[in-house]
Amino acid sequence: MDLATFLIQCLNSLQYGLLLFLVASGLTLIFGIMGVINLAHGSFYMIGAYMAFALAQPVASTFGGGFFSVLLVGLVLAVVLGYVLEWAFYSYLYEREHLQQVLMTYGLILVFEELRSLIVGDEVHGVAAPAFLAGSIALGDMMTYPVYRLFISAVCIALALGMYYVFSRTRLGMMIRAGSNNREMVQSLGIDIKFLYRVVFAAGVAIAALAGMVAAPVSSVYPGMGSSVLIICFVVVVIGGIGSIRGALVAALLIGFVDTFGKVLMPEVAGVLVYVLMAAILLWKPDGLFKAA
Amino acid sequence: MTADVLLRGRGITRRWGGLTAVDRIDLELERGTVHAVIGTNGAGKSTLINILSGEIAPSSGQVELLGQDVTRWSQPRRARAGLGRSYQRNTIFPSFTVLENCRLAAQAQTPRPWLWWQPAARCPASVSAAQAAAGRAGLDHCLDQMAGMLSHGQKRQLEIAMCLATAPQVLLLDEPLAGMGAEETERMLALLRELKSGHAILLVEHDMDAVFRVADRITVMVNGTVIASGPPEQVRSNAEVQAAYLGGH
Amino acid sequence: MSTGALSKTVFVVVAFGLLAAFPLMGGSYGIDLVTKIMVFAILALSLELLVGSTGLVCFGQAAFFGIGAYAAVLLSPADAPPSLAWLLPACMAMAAGYALFVGALSLRTKGVYFIMVTLAFAQMAYFIVHDTPLGGGTDGIYLYIKPVLGPWIDLDHPLTLYAFTLACLVLVFGFLAQLRRSRFGRALDGIRVNEQRMRATGFATYPYKLAAFVLSGAIAGLAGFLFAVKDGFVNPEMLSWHMSGSVLIMIILGGLGHLRGALIGAFAFTLLQELFKSEAVFGSFARHWTLLLGLAIIASVALLPRGLAGLPGQWRERLLGRASRRAEVNGVAP
Repeated sequence: MDLATFLIQCLNSLQYGLLLFLVASGLTLIFGIMGVINLAHGSFYMIGAYMAFALAQPVASTFGGGFFSVLLVGLVLAVVLGYVLEWAFYSYLYEREHLQQVLMTYGLILVFEELRSLIVGDEVHGVAAPAFLAGSIALGDMMTYPVYRLFISAVCIALALGMYYVFSRTRLGMMIRAGSNNREMVQSLGIDIKFLYRVVFAAGVAIAALAGMVAAPVSSVYPGMGSSVLIICFVVVVIGGIGSIRGALVAALLIGFVDTFGKVLMPEVAGVLVYVLMAAILLWKPDGLFKAA
Repeated sequence: MTADVLLRGRGITRRWGGLTAVDRIDLELERGTVHAVIGTNGAGKSTLINILSGEIAPSSGQVELLGQDVTRWSQPRRARAGLGRSYQRNTIFPSFTVLENCRLAAQAQTPRPWLWWQPAARCPASVSAAQAAAGRAGLDHCLDQMAGMLSHGQKRQLEIAMCLATAPQVLLLDEPLAGMGAEETERMLALLRELKSGHAILLVEHDMDAVFRVADRITVMVNGTVIASGPPEQVRSNAEVQAAYLGGH
Repeated sequence: MSTGALSKTVFVVVAFGLLAAFPLMGGSYGIDLVTKIMVFAILALSLELLVGSTGLVCFGQAAFFGIGAYAAVLLSPADAPPSLAWLLPACMAMAAGYALFVGALSLRTKGVYFIMVTLAFAQMAYFIVHDTPLGGGTDGIYLYIKPVLGPWIDLDHPLTLYAFTLACLVLVFGFLAQLRRSRFGRALDGIRVNEQRMRATGFATYPYKLAAFVLSGAIAGLAGFLFAVKDGFVNPEMLSWHMSGSVLIMIILGGLGHLRGALIGAFAFTLLQELFKSEAVFGSFARHWTLLLGLAIIASVALLPRGLAGLPGQWRERLLGRASRRAEVNGVAP
């Protein structure tokens, strides 16, 4: 492998890892704050990607919007979806055992997959990147790299920083953190915990959907994408250590590298490599790389 | 008269990041005595008892059980060697009967897991040990009741009975009187006095009256260190203890 | 015997009796279907040992099932029928081997973390079978020659396979029933209810959990073996997490904590699936049967928390609750 290819694969790894981190953050957010393990989180990613595909035409013809308009519309729809879902379904899961949550959200996956099949069908689709991001940029004088992939990485970093800011610097973030530690106390302080949870959940859905939308031009849109990303997110959490954001970042990047280089160097076993990595890390550190923050 | 020290803690220290929960504590439990550890919340009592029982490893220091260094031993191993532990919140099995609770506890001494065709309820060793333990704890009239249906006081008695089922020599009791009314407390104190002979008992408690009535030795902890240790009258009259803990009592 | 134990025994005896008599009335389709259900019942029993008895929620049971199945095909010689005497134990051993590997790495974790790790390890097995030449790829592989046991048992005959599967089911059921009453089984129960207390009493809980995990894997491998022999075909979807999810649903639907719950759940879930897939009832919408299945799963977990086997108890509690409330109103002790 020459240096240019190596660097390109490094950038690809970074982009994939950051995307994984974003999706995994949404999953950990919902679990950490509301104590709900949501298997359908991958479905939100899938819904986002399919929205990027399905909304392109309607948005273009309705108000002549391009890619970013689609992102905006999709984001709004995702927030609404998250809000309604929390109210109609997820709010009933908070008090239940993990096994019940697992199975109910598993049932939800089946419903989402089939609804998608009914509404949009089962074909694989491509989504075009917006024209001004579609080209390649020269890095140094030996290679070029797709601008859009850099855009994905930038979006992930921006969102991650945004989440960090909201959590540690704003009143909303403080209320959310307090609510995860002591529900009753927060309620007795007059803060509407139900509303808070709804907001957090909608945010989690929106993050996953946005990740799917942004990734669509690169990963294409296909039926199994929700399940694949969900399980990889689980591996991120397992390797990183449950409850640790730092761990999730390190794990996501690690997986990004192993998966990307694996596909290039050893394509037949590439699918298994991530799990071999997980097994190796569990052998060394049974609780994952980092303890909870 | 040489003391028969069954459990000894030497220089036990536990640090969490920058916080020192327990700082160089020395402790001795002699056979036939009740050694009470008292202190305000956050004094480090729970950490100390967890280190002695083997649930947490100390940052430094040693724990000796019956003359052996057990600092590196896991909790189950210490339990099998004669260390019993009861918890502040009930850790009984609510869906089993009282007898089964004790029997399962007693089974730890004679596990024999490979005998898959033999019903455990007919295991003579564990059943008789369970009956003896339940009897000692005063529960032999309700052996067939579901443990979850017992009154709170009876549940605390069962918690002790489960400790006794493994015939330990050292008992670490974490707030056995928690949530008990006057009558139940009397019964528990009588039980503790009866258990004294033959056992070394460590008692972590908040009920000061009970502590001064049953303890032979009291250690007072504040912020992870021992500020006084000795017979009850000596501790009661200690000025530092009065200021830090008993003051205004 | 108490009335509770008596009714349970009667239920089990009647159920196995019906299963034994079924071939007399069922046609070839029925026999094939019930054989499949019995295989799933064995698989469900293996998971019940983990979830219901030990409290270990494993979302990767499909891996052991699939490994048992693939072993049956891969270890069978191409020319002559293999002997059950070595093939069956070999398949169970391979499944148990993977269970040992997974268990050793996952059992240090707890709760949600454990669920995720077991799912991930099942995916690992799935990808090994799906991607590498070892498993024959997405199309799967065929088992052309079915195993035999001397001149007495030829699993190529559907009726013989039915009887053999029923025998396996009865043996597994009986074994697990005995195991639950044994010292080992009681220890597993204790670990489920309060692992901390078990440790404080002197049980080294990790070896017990690992042993249960390996045993569960072996039984799942048995189910996989039988499934491979029945269909003569294995494919990677046997190791998919949808398979793992289905087994979990079977034991929840049937009722956790009861061995007969695994039986009931396997029947109920499979029949429900057949219903949703049937075009006779749903016409062309039957293509989208997973939608109905998803809704049914949500409904059953929400409304039947104790499963079908727990229904009598649920009703009894509802009646007793009403009776005690009435007693309170009348000032009488309930």
